[in-house]
Amino acid sequence: MIRSEVLKTLVPVISDQFVVCNIGLPSQELHMLDDQPTNFYMLGTMGLASSIGLGLALAQKQKIIAIDGDGSVLTNLGTLPTIANNPADNFILLIIDNGSYGSTGDQPTYAGMKTSLARVAEACGCDNVVECRAEETVDVMKAAIASDKMTIIVCKCESGNIPVPNITIDQVVIRDRFMKALEAANA
Amino acid sequence: MSIDQRIVTDMVNNGIEFITTVPCKQLGGVIAEAENHNSIHHVPCNKEDEGMGLCAGAFMGGKRSAIIMQNTALGVTLNSLATLIQFYHIPLPMLISYRGELGEPVACQVEMALHTKALLSQMLIPTYHFHDQDDVEELDKILKYTYMCNKPVAILTDASFWKGY
Repeated sequence: MIRSEVLKTLVPVISDQFVVCNIGLPSQELHMLDDQPTNFYMLGTMGLASSIGLGLALAQKQKIIAIDGDGSVLTNLGTLPTIANNPADNFILLIIDNGSYGSTGDQPTYAGMKTSLARVAEACGCDNVVECRAEETVDVMKAAIASDKMTIIVCKCESGNIPVPNITIDQVVIRDRFMKALEAANA
Repeated sequence: MSIDQRIVTDMVNNGIEFITTVPCKQLGGVIAEAENHNSIHHVPCNKEDEGMGLCAGAFMGGKRSAIIMQNTALGVTLNSLATLIQFYHIPLPMLISYRGELGEPVACQVEMALHTKALLSQMLIPTYHFHDQDDVEELDKILKYTYMCNKPVAILTDASFWKGY
């Protein structure tokens, strides 16, 4: 399974959740599969999906799922100690680890070589780290949502991309509709 | 009231509830005040661009946020400022120690000081420079301005403002 197929299996489970989605193809794929006001699409700023997600989780009560990639986590590796030491039980970080920088042409990442992001997360102090195969991701995500414990999921999948349209929604609209949906859920 | 208490009080009075920081000797007193204040959630971060992600998230979650950092790290935040904070119209007060100004004992700090205002100007970031302690009187207005215009705003605080190192 490639990332877009993983996202497709996840849609029924995360469609009604608040999701922060990583820059580039992951956001474009999620937007194409299931555009929702509850999705915050990052149109820039590689690496910060997990940080934005943690800030959101710490600031309010609704569950926040950050969908990140192995390359993006590698570019902001300092995020894992911050997550570990500021636990938010309403936060799930899903790292879709296809061992490549998908949005730039599938160049290999070190996570696809000797580096294990699950073990890095554990070494940083994250408590609930689950590494799974792509096919298992939907069940692992269901369990993480049900657990009400901060969870880091590392989904090992194949690299590869499908053609997807660009996101043309104005970025301030993306932010505004996300904030309004979150505020309504917290009211 | 100490200058550190004054700064944090102005932040609290302007609704700031989430502060992320990177360690700094000059800003250590403000960071300690933030850590100890009941109505502030303080999250130390490892790098300033990571901190801007945390602040953006906290703001979208309904809490006004601020970052406390050194000017030496301005370079690593430029992409986050442009493509996240400015692009999505997120207000962000940046309380910055202005290393490399008069009184600076470390020569290397001067190098980023020379670029600090030029970079902030290039990024079209409203910038205020606190040199005398009375300059803190403007902080309340600066914070109100930040939330009026939904932009990142830089407050540079030099060694003279902190009365030395």
